[in-house]
Amino acid sequence: MSAPDAFDLAVIGGGPAGASAAIEAGRAGLRVVLLDEGRSAGGQVYRAPVSGTGASSGQPDGAVGDRLRADLAASTVDCRFDHRIWLVERGFRVHGLGPDGPATVEAPRLVIAVGAQERHRPVPGWTLPGVIGLAGATNLIKSQKILPGRRVVVAGSGPLLLLVAASILKAGGELAAVIDANGRMDWLRHAPQLMARPDLVGRGAKWLAAILRAGVPLLSRHALRRIVGDDHVEGVVAGPVTGDWDPSASGEFQIACDAVCFGYGLAPATETTRLLGVKHEYVPDMGGWRAVTLPDGSTSVAGLYVCGDGAGVLGAAAAALQGRVTGLAAARDSGHANAADAVERLLPQAARAGRFGMAMTGLALPRDGLLSAMTPETIICRCEGLRRADIDSAIAAGSQTLNGLKSATRCGMGPCGGRVCEDTAAALIAQHTGLSREAIGQSTSRPPLRPVPLGQLAGAFNYLDLPMPEPAPQ
Amino acid sequence: MSGHDDSTSYDLAVIGGGIMGSAAAIQAAEGGMQTVLIEKSELGSGASGVNAGTLSLQIKRVRLMPYAIRGHALWEHAGDRVGFRRTGGLTLAFTEPEAERLTTTMAMKKEAGAPIVMKSPAEVAALEPGLNKQVVLASYCAEDGYANSSLTGVYYRGLLAGAGVRVHERLAVDGIARSNGAFILITAAGPIRAKRILIACGGWMKDVAAMLGVDLPIRVRINTVAVTERCPPVVGSVIGHATGLLTLKQKTNGTILIGGGWQGRGTPKDGRGEVVAESLLTNLRLAQFAVPALGSSRIARVWTGFEPNVPDFYPLAGALPGVPDAFILGCVRGGYTIGPYIGRLMGDLILGREPEMPLFDPARFAPAKAQAAATH
Repeated sequence: MSAPDAFDLAVIGGGPAGASAAIEAGRAGLRVVLLDEGRSAGGQVYRAPVSGTGASSGQPDGAVGDRLRADLAASTVDCRFDHRIWLVERGFRVHGLGPDGPATVEAPRLVIAVGAQERHRPVPGWTLPGVIGLAGATNLIKSQKILPGRRVVVAGSGPLLLLVAASILKAGGELAAVIDANGRMDWLRHAPQLMARPDLVGRGAKWLAAILRAGVPLLSRHALRRIVGDDHVEGVVAGPVTGDWDPSASGEFQIACDAVCFGYGLAPATETTRLLGVKHEYVPDMGGWRAVTLPDGSTSVAGLYVCGDGAGVLGAAAAALQGRVTGLAAARDSGHANAADAVERLLPQAARAGRFGMAMTGLALPRDGLLSAMTPETIICRCEGLRRADIDSAIAAGSQTLNGLKSATRCGMGPCGGRVCEDTAAALIAQHTGLSREAIGQSTSRPPLRPVPLGQLAGAFNYLDLPMPEPAPQ
Repeated sequence: MSGHDDSTSYDLAVIGGGIMGSAAAIQAAEGGMQTVLIEKSELGSGASGVNAGTLSLQIKRVRLMPYAIRGHALWEHAGDRVGFRRTGGLTLAFTEPEAERLTTTMAMKKEAGAPIVMKSPAEVAALEPGLNKQVVLASYCAEDGYANSSLTGVYYRGLLAGAGVRVHERLAVDGIARSNGAFILITAAGPIRAKRILIACGGWMKDVAAMLGVDLPIRVRINTVAVTERCPPVVGSVIGHATGLLTLKQKTNGTILIGGGWQGRGTPKDGRGEVVAESLLTNLRLAQFAVPALGSSRIARVWTGFEPNVPDFYPLAGALPGVPDAFILGCVRGGYTIGPYIGRLMGDLILGREPEMPLFDPARFAPAKAQAAATH
């Protein structure tokens, strides 16, 4: 293996947090490398359209994303896109698979800005073709300019509901209904924190107005009960929910559609920080498990920083500010003393943006009543085909941590690495046992961070040159 | 299951809920001892549950062969509950020096009781067409196979309950005190009293023995295991390498498990083992060389487990030097295969019975002072 490239700072993730951190650290004088699996910076929120589908300026956040990409291009940051990171070793060595094969970079400081992942709560039929997550739907519309279906139901909770619904309308799609588990009172309860960013509230109001103007039924305090269809979505059955979002109240009805976008907010993507042994904590209002960070992004592991939604889902505006703070903090800690003042100056702004984001995240958080929509036959872990009954019986037999459940059932052992199923599995353990999320724990994170072809990792080699240690005694 | 205010005075407290601790606890309980087992995480969550699950007589040390043959039989008896499969195993040599080494070591192992035969390249190709055709020699043992180590915890949880062993999971032993000849285990759930204790907590044994003032030369290896996503069938036998640096098997669900004792880094104290890219990549290259079709399958997961050992790489199994009524069991090497059997022998020793096979006295590593105390 050739010697890895060495830098002062490596940044994983080119969304608003990572790109901002890289730009600031570069400006302060650090030699910075930024790695991202996408084709350009922007992350999920400022995702650029793939070439040939037009400029991003038509998107709500298009201009912000374009500016971020321009700033990055004008900076000293060494950008490596199309790099799938599969392992990070402490110290730090970041191993990726790029367009030209395996590539390793080395740096004494590392910023992890890998964003968030969707949170699901399965209902019968959720694995049918035609069902996608809310964040997945925004990617499809922003990046590919493709609509999820001809007649779409949007369901779940939180601000993504309105964004997806408004985007579908704007792209000329037909919306069958928007189904929101929150009621008007839930939104109002969060109003004081939301007013920290009147501009963003205004944008949400605009989305809402567009939905109402189009005459789309907006069903508050309702949830999906099941998705129906033989080999593709043909409709949904929905109904009112209780305060705990339990869908057992009477009054269910069917809505015809050929696609469903649904989800219950976002959760910080923690597989990289768990892999590196960072201390984590469970904070529901920040999306669940998050890496514990100080306001400047530093963590329990020396030289390791986390910013953006990966440190708690607070949204793009907060992420960009946090990213700037974190990039400057990394420069400060590398001995660039003048960066310290800039950190202090930016912290209050970042905190204000964070309060808005926290209110939105709290609003999206799924409540436990949703678990009663899952029948014994409902798939929980789709990679391994595990039904709720399989999970329930393993919990009853004594598997009461996520790691224990994983060993006993293979829940979370498939290609998704537990991203889709584990939060639901943990909610089921909590419901059965009364244990706290802390006691149930997180599953141990295992590389590769994304599945990678063995042959690509192995590369070309000569058998006789393999470094073989002396065998153990016989 | 685990509860608080355990005011019982037990005959035996076992520290560590892996294979060996569980098997010893069950044997002691079935022999009439009131037994408690304390596990800081979940049953089978350490090396017992994360090893590659290889049940190969070909990779067992000569002196441990009789124990391995008996352990193998116990896993076979556990059958589907632990995903036991007897597939036969091939150990491959790709060069003349490897073939020489293979011939010598397998002759010794055959002598020790493993039914091993040598296979020519043509025989290997007929048996396993998915293997690299550059094999120059192989050894074959029809007894070899594997089990699914991740089912260890579930399996023993059932057996322990059946034997009446009180089990505390997710409870760490923070200290050990003595009072009126009994041991008092200090835990977050309060003190647990027992007349005897058995230390069987794998990579963490050195620290627990130190709580009793005993310093044993235990070191830890950090073994790496990798698994692919499900693939079409490419290999039916358990595959090994003349150097012992590869184990490979395709499970019934299509995933291929790759091990061979390649080293990660980390310490049991931190509770985390880290995968080291250089080490893993050599392991993967060796695997791909043996089974070329592996190149197109995706690696789904890589992990590490802590395997303790002492300088002679033989088990620690017997009385803890210098501490009456304390016992220790671990460092077995091939512990997954041998564990159920040596745990049972340990239970017999604690019950005051003569074990069916000799154990491995830890006093061989004790300082002279402790050794003197142990003989009094």
